[in-house]
Amino acid sequence: MSEHTTLSDLEAAQDNTTAADVQQESVQNFPEPADAGATETMSMQQALNRALAEVMTENPRALILGEDVGQLGGVFRITDGLQKKFGEARVFDTPLAESGILGMSVGLAMAGYHPIPEVQFDGFAYPAVNQIICQVGRMNYRSRGTLPMPITLRVPSFGGIRAPEHHGESLEAMFAHVPGLKVVSPSGPNEAYHLLKYAAARQDPVIFMEPKSRYWQKGPVNAGADAAGYSPNGSRVVREGKHLTLVAWGAMVARCLQVAELAAEDGIEIEVLDLRWLKPIDAEGLAASVAKTRRAVVVHEAPRTSGLGAEVASTITERCFGTLKAPVERVTGFDVPYPSGDLEDEYIPNIDRILYGIQRVLEYRRG
Amino acid sequence: MADVLALDDTGPAELAGEELRELYRLMVAVRYLDESAIRWQRQGLIPGYAPQLGQEAAQVGSGYALDMSRDFVFPTYREMGVARTVGVDMVEYMSTHKATWHGGLYDPKASRFAPIQAVVGGSVLHAVGWAHGQTLDGAPAGELGVAITYFGDGASSQGDVHEAMNFAAVMKAPVVFFIQNNGWAISVPTERQVAGGSVAARAAGYGMPSIQVDGNDVVAVTQATAAALAHARAGKGPTVVEAMTYRRGPHSTSDDPGRYRTLEEERTDGGEDPLARMRARLLADGIADEAFFEEALAAAKAEEEQIREGINALGPRPGTEMFDFVYQEPTQALKAQASAWREESEHV
Ligand SMILES: Cc1ncc(C[n+]2csc(CCOP(=O)(O)OP(=O)(O)O)c2C)c(N)n1
Ligand SMILES: [Mg+2]
Repeated sequence: MSEHTTLSDLEAAQDNTTAADVQQESVQNFPEPADAGATETMSMQQALNRALAEVMTENPRALILGEDVGQLGGVFRITDGLQKKFGEARVFDTPLAESGILGMSVGLAMAGYHPIPEVQFDGFAYPAVNQIICQVGRMNYRSRGTLPMPITLRVPSFGGIRAPEHHGESLEAMFAHVPGLKVVSPSGPNEAYHLLKYAAARQDPVIFMEPKSRYWQKGPVNAGADAAGYSPNGSRVVREGKHLTLVAWGAMVARCLQVAELAAEDGIEIEVLDLRWLKPIDAEGLAASVAKTRRAVVVHEAPRTSGLGAEVASTITERCFGTLKAPVERVTGFDVPYPSGDLEDEYIPNIDRILYGIQRVLEYRRG
Repeated sequence: MADVLALDDTGPAELAGEELRELYRLMVAVRYLDESAIRWQRQGLIPGYAPQLGQEAAQVGSGYALDMSRDFVFPTYREMGVARTVGVDMVEYMSTHKATWHGGLYDPKASRFAPIQAVVGGSVLHAVGWAHGQTLDGAPAGELGVAITYFGDGASSQGDVHEAMNFAAVMKAPVVFFIQNNGWAISVPTERQVAGGSVAARAAGYGMPSIQVDGNDVVAVTQATAAALAHARAGKGPTVVEAMTYRRGPHSTSDDPGRYRTLEEERTDGGEDPLARMRARLLADGIADEAFFEEALAAAKAEEEQIREGINALGPRPGTEMFDFVYQEPTQALKAQASAWREESEHV
C-alpha cells in the first residue's frame, strides 16, 4: 500500500452498506475462541445469564440485587430464572433507588458477601455516583486493605436502541477516572461470558459495562470446563492487519470489524484491537499492535472531550512516539447529551466517520 | 380511603354539572389517545410508549384543579393525561415517544409544564425550587403560584424524594407532592416498594398534611388536589396527595406483565375502571346521557386523528440541533465538532 492511498474507493464501497447491514454484524465477525473446547452458539444475553448462574453456584456468598432483577429477570432478562434457581434471599429486587443499591452493596461486601448489583440503565448509575466514587472506590484504601470491595456492578451501557433519555450513555471515562475501580466491557458473547466470570471472582470492584445493542447477537461461546485456556486480561486482537490499528470496545468492536472488511477490499489491512479492559488499559497490547502498524484510530461512542480515547491516544503516543506515522486519531461521539432516537445514528460513530478518520491518518504528512 | 391527616380546609367544593361533563370529556380524550398510542407503536409509527391506562382519573382530576395562569407542572414520563388536561400541545408532547426529542418539543415555559423527565424522582426537587421561587417573588398569600410534582410509588423510594419533602416542609414551599400509587414499579409491587404501605403516611414525619385519595374517582381527586392547592396558595406550605390507582397496562410497550402478574390479578386488583365509574355516576345523577357520551367519544376520535396526522408528519430534527442547545454560549470546540459533523455526514 502506498503512503498516498486515499479512501475514495472505499467510500464508494461503503455507500452500498445500508443501516441494515450495520445491524447485521454477525457471528462470523467474531473469530472462534482460540482453544478448541466445546463451543455453543448463544447470544450475549444468554452468555451473561449462564455466567451469572455459574458464579452463583460456585460462590455461595455471591448475591444479585437491583431493580426488577428477580421475577422479571431484569428488563434485558440477564438475570432470567436466577431468582427461581437461587432463591429470593440471593437474588432480590430492591426498592427503586440506585444510591441505595450501591450503598447497600458496600455494607454487604463488608459483611463478607460478593454483591453483583445491576443498575437498570447506564443513565441510572448517576444517582449512585456518590456511593460508587466515595465509598465503593475507596473503602479498601480507607481501611488499609482490610475491607475489600468485591462488587461487580453490571451496567447495561452505550446507545443504539432508540430508547428514552438516559438509556444510551457511555460512562467509561467517568468510571475509569475513579481511583479504586476497574472497568471492563465485553464486545461479544464469548467475551461476556468469560469476563463476567472473571470480574465476579475479583476482590476489587469491577464496573461491568454491557453493550446493550449487542445483547441479542449470537456467537460461539466456549463455556464450562473447557474454558480454562481463555485469557481474561488485557486487550485482544480480533483481526490482524498491518497498516493501521483500530482500537475499540463494546458495540464499536463489531462496527470496526465491518470497517476493516471494507478497507480490505481496497488492500488496506486494518488490525482491530478489542481493548476490553478500560481500566487498567493494556498499554503493552496497544504498543505491540501499533509498533507493527504505526498508525492508530480509537473509536468510542462517548463524547470526545476527556473521553477514554484521549487516554488511549496518550498511552500509544508515550510508547510509540518514535515510530508513529501520524497522530492518533479519535472518532467519537460529540460533546453533546446523547440525543433522541431520530438523531442517534448521527451521534454514534458510523462507518463513514470511521473511514474518514482512517483516511486522515493514512494521508497525514509530517509538517 | 381515610385521610392520614385532614387538610385544614373547609371541605371540598361541589363541582357543577358542566365541570363534571368536562372531566368526562377529558378522560375519554386521554383514554382514546392512550390506547391509540399503543396502536401507533404496533404499527411502527412510534418506537415506544408508556401507557397511563387506568390513571385517567388521577391525571385528569389533578390537572383540572390547577390554575395554569400561575401554577407549574413537573411531570415524570407517564403524565400524558395531565399534559392533555392542562393544554400542552399534544403533537409536541407525543413527539418524545416518536424519538424526536427527549424532553418533548413543546415549550415548557409557555406550557408551564416542565420537560418530560426520564429519571424516576428526577424532577421532584425542581418543584421545590420553583415553588420557593414563588415565595421569594413575594406574591401575597392566597395568590401564590403552586408547583405540582408527579411521581410514582417507585419514585418514592429515591433519596431525592425524601430530600424534596424535607426541604419543602422546612421552607414552607408551595408544593403539592402528587403521587400516583399505581401498584407497580415495572415488576415490583407496592408491598415490596413502600414500607408502611403509604407514601402519604410519611408526610406526618415532615410535619405536613396529606391525603390518600381514591385515585380512580375523578371527582375525589379533583377535590383533594384543589384543597392541597388552596393550602399551598395561602402560604401554608407543602402537602402530599397520594392517589391510589392501578397501572392497568404494561409498564411500557416493551414490557411483558405476564412475567409478574396474571390477567386474573389485573382484573381484581385493578378495581373498577375510572372511566366506567364516572360514566355511571353521570348517568345516575342525570348529568349526562348516551348522546353526550357518543359526542365525547367522537370528539376524542377526531382529536386523536389530528394528533396522529401531526405525529406522522413529524420528520427527524436536523442533526445540527444536537449541537444547538448544549449551551446558551457554545464553545469553539463544540462549533468545530458541529462543522466536522456537517462535512462528514453531508460529504461536503
Ligand atoms: C433513576 C431511575 N432509575 C431507574 C429507572 C428505570 N425505570 C423506569 S420506570 C421505573 C419504575 C417506576 O415506577 P413508579 O415510580 O412507580 O412509576 P410508574 O412507572 O408506575 O408510573 C424504573 C425502575 C429510571 N427511569 N430512573
Ligand atoms: Mg408505580
